[in-house]
Amino acid sequence: MNKRKDIKAIVIGASAGGLYALKKLLPALPASFPCPVLVVQHLSPHSDNYMVRMLDELSPLVVKEADEKEPVIPGTVYVAPPDYHLLVEEDFTLSLSVEEKVNYSRPAIDVLFETAADAYGRHLMGIILTGANADGANGLLAVKKRGGFTIVQQPEDAESQAMPKAAIELVKPHKIFTLDEIITFLSKGDFCSK
Amino acid sequence: MQENDISTVENIELELLLQAVYLQYGYDFRNYSRAHVKRRVKHRLVQEGMKSISELQNQILHDKTAFDRLVRDLSINVTEMFRNPAFYKSVREKVIPILKTYPYLKIWHAGCATGEEVFSFAIMLKEEGLLERTQIYATDFNPYIIKKARNGIFPIRYIKEYTANYQKAGGLESFSDYYHANDELVIFDKNLSKNMVFAEHNLVTDSVFAEVNMIVCRNVLIYFNNNLQNKVLHLFHKSLVVGGFLALGTKESLMFSDEEKKYKVIDPKQKIFKKKYE
Ligand SMILES: C[S@@+](CC[C@H](N)C(=O)[O-])C[C@H]1O[C@@H](n2cnc3c(N)ncnc32)[C@H](O)[C@@H]1O
Repeated sequence: MNKRKDIKAIVIGASAGGLYALKKLLPALPASFPCPVLVVQHLSPHSDNYMVRMLDELSPLVVKEADEKEPVIPGTVYVAPPDYHLLVEEDFTLSLSVEEKVNYSRPAIDVLFETAADAYGRHLMGIILTGANADGANGLLAVKKRGGFTIVQQPEDAESQAMPKAAIELVKPHKIFTLDEIITFLSKGDFCSK
Repeated sequence: MQENDISTVENIELELLLQAVYLQYGYDFRNYSRAHVKRRVKHRLVQEGMKSISELQNQILHDKTAFDRLVRDLSINVTEMFRNPAFYKSVREKVIPILKTYPYLKIWHAGCATGEEVFSFAIMLKEEGLLERTQIYATDFNPYIIKKARNGIFPIRYIKEYTANYQKAGGLESFSDYYHANDELVIFDKNLSKNMVFAEHNLVTDSVFAEVNMIVCRNVLIYFNNNLQNKVLHLFHKSLVVGGFLALGTKESLMFSDEEKKYKVIDPKQKIFKKKYE
């Protein structure tokens, strides 16, 4: 991995326990972080944007709710809005959809990861964090198949183990890291292409 | 072939499929969100048990029923009654008082899906004393759901959620007064639909539908690319009377469009706009 310097975007998927993990992870990324970050965190469809506002407050990076047609810009964290799927277009703009839930979820991690894998190909890094279902496993597999880099949170380290376990089993990711290791690894940012 | 080459070929096949669909059936999906279209087409591939988009194209060109199934996949009909209650509340507070000054009204629901939004509006208009003098147009490009929408019959399993939405939306009565329920279905009061006209209308390929006082087009534009959004917003501008209202979905906006300056913002969060005097 040390050789890779061609990552252009990072996608992160989290469910149960994810808010705690994201609260640790995103604020640890420096303002100079050179890649855009796209996040799906499962939420109640009725939740307001308090999570985004809080993460933005805590982070040196700009954290915002994703808007449709918005171009993806490095150094920004885009969070899928509650009750919408988030998709990446091949021109690196964002789309939203209200179509059926996938894996009982909207937003679904699979939808973000699969479309991002199409758009970024090998230049994508996918990360699956804590969660109590199996959303994200197929998406992470798509990232890997396209030559992207894959990381899963070590199940014993996660608040809920099911999601990391499902992803590890299906994908055999490049790295299995604790949350602290993910943070150390990411915050260097030296794998991002300039 | 490498995964990345497969993906290039797939994009070419998809482009050709959309071209074929347009030439053969007149439905134009070429300027829809490509990521979305690709997902839905791949979903259809799996359903049809096919391996490539080219194979699907061949079938769709020769078999209208296969095309119909694709249209159903590409038209996302997910909807609910009083979706985003805060939006309805805002319409009640900021739009209805102005609509009340008109002797006669026309409202157009563009992309009405199975009609839940149309019946929600009718209930609100009734409570505000406007239903009798309002002509409601409800259109969608998907003929199957237009047929369903007309009936005002919805599955009962969501009624608890709808009731909660209705109350949060500022509903004044008891929601159950508006429908009869049986084991599976709720059937809405015929009086609500007296002034409704349902019609097939394609926002991409058809022209102005009618001149109206308000257009409600929620969660439709998100599926269009920038060019197409602009085109449809232009159509809306032509269809609205001066001072008429345009209501979009919560995550839609005029921000990236040339039409922005032609409207006054009534509620920035609920995406309600008012056509300016030129
Ligand atoms: C997600 S639904 C929105 C339903 C409702 N307005 C709501 O917000 O709950 C989107 C609808 O737009 C319709 N639609 C998509 N493309 C269209 C077009 N070109 N012309 C008319 N309707 C279209 C679809 O058939 C679908 O019913």
